[in-house]
Amino acid sequence: MTNTLAIKTILGAPFWKFLLLFAALLFSYSSPAFAESPPPDAPASEPSAPAETYGSFKESEGYATFATDNLWILLAAFLVFIMHLGFATLESGLCQKKNTVNILFKNCFIISMGVISYYAIGFNTHYPGDDFNGFFKLGGPLTDAFTDKDSFANLTSEYADYTYWSDFLFQAMFAATAATIVSGAVAERVKLSAFLVHATVLVAIGYTVAGSWHWGGGFLTQLGDALDADGNVIAAAALEAGAEADSYSNAFYDFAGSTVVHAFGGFAALAFVMVLGPRKGKYTESGIKPIVGHSMPLAAIGVFLLFLGWFGFNGGSVLSADSELISRVCVTTALAACAGALASMLVSTFVIKKPDLSMALNGFLAGLVGITAGADAISPAMSIVTGAIAGAIVVFSIIAFDKAKIDDPVGAISVHGICGIWGTLAVAFFGGASLTGQIIGIVCVSLFAFVFSYALALILKSTIGVRVSEEEEERGLDISEHGQEAYSS
Amino acid sequence: MKLIKAIIKPFKLEEVKDGLSEIGVEGMTVSEVKGFGRQKGHTEIYRGSEYTVDFLPKVKIEIAIADDLVTKVIDAIVSASQTGKIGDGKIFILPIEEAVRIRTGEKGEEAL
Repeated sequence: MTNTLAIKTILGAPFWKFLLLFAALLFSYSSPAFAESPPPDAPASEPSAPAETYGSFKESEGYATFATDNLWILLAAFLVFIMHLGFATLESGLCQKKNTVNILFKNCFIISMGVISYYAIGFNTHYPGDDFNGFFKLGGPLTDAFTDKDSFANLTSEYADYTYWSDFLFQAMFAATAATIVSGAVAERVKLSAFLVHATVLVAIGYTVAGSWHWGGGFLTQLGDALDADGNVIAAAALEAGAEADSYSNAFYDFAGSTVVHAFGGFAALAFVMVLGPRKGKYTESGIKPIVGHSMPLAAIGVFLLFLGWFGFNGGSVLSADSELISRVCVTTALAACAGALASMLVSTFVIKKPDLSMALNGFLAGLVGITAGADAISPAMSIVTGAIAGAIVVFSIIAFDKAKIDDPVGAISVHGICGIWGTLAVAFFGGASLTGQIIGIVCVSLFAFVFSYALALILKSTIGVRVSEEEEERGLDISEHGQEAYSS
Repeated sequence: MKLIKAIIKPFKLEEVKDGLSEIGVEGMTVSEVKGFGRQKGHTEIYRGSEYTVDFLPKVKIEIAIADDLVTKVIDAIVSASQTGKIGDGKIFILPIEEAVRIRTGEKGEEAL
């Protein structure tokens, strides 16, 4: 009986519209290199074949360090992958039993779509390379980097302290986390097809374009006056004569992505939630009726997995295995997380009169998001302060959004959006970044994320619809959208 | 034959089962239920918002018993499950029209 219902839903008209839209997005660029890139050790037309030169790189002096750095980046990528497991369990735990399959399915889609789209266009849009106007350049697929015979350089320290492949994998894991932030906020009432399209476009284009403004070498890295290596302002005449800036006075600083990952995701989530509306029955005339999560153990497991993964998220963002840097960054990360949890526990006990587990869990995350922008620039002592303030902010933010009737089942908007902003500002207060630069970066990325997501959600609302029907919501998305139960006894 | 339905506080289940074994009752069916009578619910709080939980967890025991054992069974249940506080529960006695043992097909009091 339920299978028939599911099949009818899947074969219903909206699904085909979604499939067409999805296919159109995936194939909307034409890049001939898609099927033609030669492997790096293909025989070249000249005597010094790439394989030989790479072999000699492996015998060179710096190789041991390179291998260590590269290995760390790969391990960090695996740790960030664990964050997807964390998100899946956290979101399931904080939502109702009847929507568990739906949440897990969305999480499966996010990582699979995230990595593939990052391969297809994401990586090269995020990191456009030299020929970049600072704002937007749509990239081609990954293997574009190997179209020239000298491309073995991408596997050596000529590229970075790690290979091109490690760079891709590490960053690909980050990309999908932007969509997963949204999935928690829109859970329990979003239409699956609408979410899949929104997540794909958001990750493939929105996240990568916003990220390119900072990590891709875009305009946010060039705010303020050009400075030379000693920190002196370079005169305009010298710039015109071709002098290169070493840094900029108001450059935006976001070490591991408090803004370009977390605030981006948080504000994209806010926009989608505003278009979507709250869950049925949450906000009534007689006040807020909480819709309780079905598994606190799953939620707690999720948060601890996220904490573990964050060692890779921040530790890997050092982009080398430099002992001082990665150890210090892991310390600031851990201190901020723990301070965040303590602060949330304390604040929630005072404000709510009872120690709330879900607030304590969000406190860890708030602290982690808060330190992400400045894990390398903020001292361990001040990272405790940064994390604690984030932990306090998140409690008030969650309650405030509920009062404003913005329904966020997992607190994603507060943890990632609001604490992401705080974390970025903290680098100006405690880490020496320019306050002007930080504010400009926060505003540009958050506003872009919000507008991009809002427009996307509106388009989806007027085409395939963004919300399930009231009956589907009451029955549970597991039965309505998937024809399956998470816990069939 | 009578069907005795007793709704008791969950933590009393083991005591009631032991009390019934002592008087020779070896079979029963137990289910987890929710309910309330005069015992009011309580307030819970989730992420800053309060809500009342009216339905309290209880345990329902169903025992099919011969007429001559009814009084003994009721006394055993009451003495094992009573705490003296509101919410102790209730016992209902219903008549059974017929009973069948599925394995052998026995009917009537032999089936109990």
